[in-house]
Amino acid sequence: MEDLIFNLFIFVLAAFIGFELISKVPPTLHTPLMSGANAISGITLIGALIIAGGSESVYSQWIGLAAIIFATINVAGGFMVTDRMLEMFKKKKEDEQ
Amino acid sequence: MSQFLPEFIQEYIPNAIQIAYLIATGFFIVGIKRLNSPATARSGNQYASFGMLLGVVVTLFDREIISFEFIIAGVLIGAVIGIFAAKKVQMTAMPEMVALFNGSGGGASALVAWGEFSRMDPLFFDIQSLVTIGLSILIGSITFTGSLVAFGKLSGYVGGGRIALPGQNIINLVLTFVAFAFIIWFAVDPEYQLVFWLLFGLALLIGILTVLPIGGADMPVVISLLNSYSGIAASMAGFVVGNNLLIISGALVGAAGLILTNIMCKAMNRTLPNVLFGAFGGDATGLVDTGDTDKSIQQTFPDDVAIQCAYAKKVVIAPGYGLAVAQAQHALKEVASLLEERGVTVKYGIHPVAGRMPGHMNVLLAEADVPYDQLKDMDEINPDFPTTDVVLIIGANDVVNPAAKTTPGSPIYGMPILNVDEARRTIVFKRSMNPGYAGIDNDLFYNEKNQMFFGDAKKSLQELASAIKELD
Repeated sequence: MEDLIFNLFIFVLAAFIGFELISKVPPTLHTPLMSGANAISGITLIGALIIAGGSESVYSQWIGLAAIIFATINVAGGFMVTDRMLEMFKKKKEDEQ
Repeated sequence: MSQFLPEFIQEYIPNAIQIAYLIATGFFIVGIKRLNSPATARSGNQYASFGMLLGVVVTLFDREIISFEFIIAGVLIGAVIGIFAAKKVQMTAMPEMVALFNGSGGGASALVAWGEFSRMDPLFFDIQSLVTIGLSILIGSITFTGSLVAFGKLSGYVGGGRIALPGQNIINLVLTFVAFAFIIWFAVDPEYQLVFWLLFGLALLIGILTVLPIGGADMPVVISLLNSYSGIAASMAGFVVGNNLLIISGALVGAAGLILTNIMCKAMNRTLPNVLFGAFGGDATGLVDTGDTDKSIQQTFPDDVAIQCAYAKKVVIAPGYGLAVAQAQHALKEVASLLEERGVTVKYGIHPVAGRMPGHMNVLLAEADVPYDQLKDMDEINPDFPTTDVVLIIGANDVVNPAAKTTPGSPIYGMPILNVDEARRTIVFKRSMNPGYAGIDNDLFYNEKNQMFFGDAKKSLQELASAIKELD
């Protein structure tokens, strides 16, 4: 129970940090923010690694494999597509002004 | 991997991993912070991806991990699929892509909880761990199927309108209560496998049933909300496996999604319950009065538009999703550049729901090389309209409809809009006189200051560009 309470503290504090950080993001960047945040939610990959690599039953290992595939799609795809979008955001060139 | 290291190092590994997780958390927070400005955003994303890499690599040293075959295979398969999808996707299809990535993240979290439960004796878990496993399965599965349905709707595989049984909301509500009851039952009696499977199946079903009734126009809200769910699902998976990095990152993402959901709701003047449970679109009540049939429009043509824009001081462009459908972003950018060469100030006024997800229109314009300092939010651009000579409204309709301010009975009444009617002249680029998403007539079209430029947006803009070139 102590673990649970401790984890809840962390969860709530992190959520507050999240609110603070994100309420300042300008609307221009909302799509990259969403896909970037989405990629971060692929952090569940770490849990998947432990299931796939740390289970004795093959049944659990297969579940872990599926979890790793899904999470890696989320992480790799999410960060790459965000980078692709952000790369396009350019300031006006000097010579155009 | 820790077994390959010397004994004296091994005892420090668990703490070293935790410290690395702490550093990774720092990278996530700084990364998101750097997303605050277009100038630093790209590096912010790189910070976050480095944090992820660090977290993943140090986890491989966890003593629990003894075999690597499945890990290597899974990471390779996932990376190939993810990278391929990220490279290939069109910017117009970004909402679909985000929906799919969301779904895979949610699905992964549910699988982690299932895997954790399956690899131990059910009696090994205490009751609170079982509750977190149940919650993780519930939220992860809802995110998974909900995102798939959202993807289907966005890409047209599933009908865009409301698909619902009578009393669908009550059914959904009851099912959600039943799911929570199953979680409690499961936590009390984890050896009874049937409850676990019923919970799993029910959660997948709830995801489908809650998103299916939501109309296509509300998808920006749904995607934001599902994004939030995928974060919460990751956090729950963190509770399950006892990992702080998961809990923190998931909470950050959950908060981000909630804020965006809130912004989207405000932009559409809806409340979240109203989006999730209320009907919208295709509803014929409360429309603008159709009594006066002698409303007339003025039609205009490329040469005339070219003259009006070229001799204007300030031109504001109000784009909507129709612009992207017509693939006209590059043609638009050409028109804007020609006008700027002639000394006209050009700005883009972007409504929060101009695209199909938050900020989507900005990405589409950035892709067409529009510099981001010309992209103005609704609140930034609205004070500009009284001093604007010409507003070009391209592929947008409901977001410039004055009924939102003037007609209390209208379904969009109260929705914040771009106040284009305050400008000296508005020109609406439109295929025909058909109403927009909300199915409401637009009084702007009949305003004496407004002209209609009929035709496909891309073709019209190309014609406009050549007309401007011919002016010299």
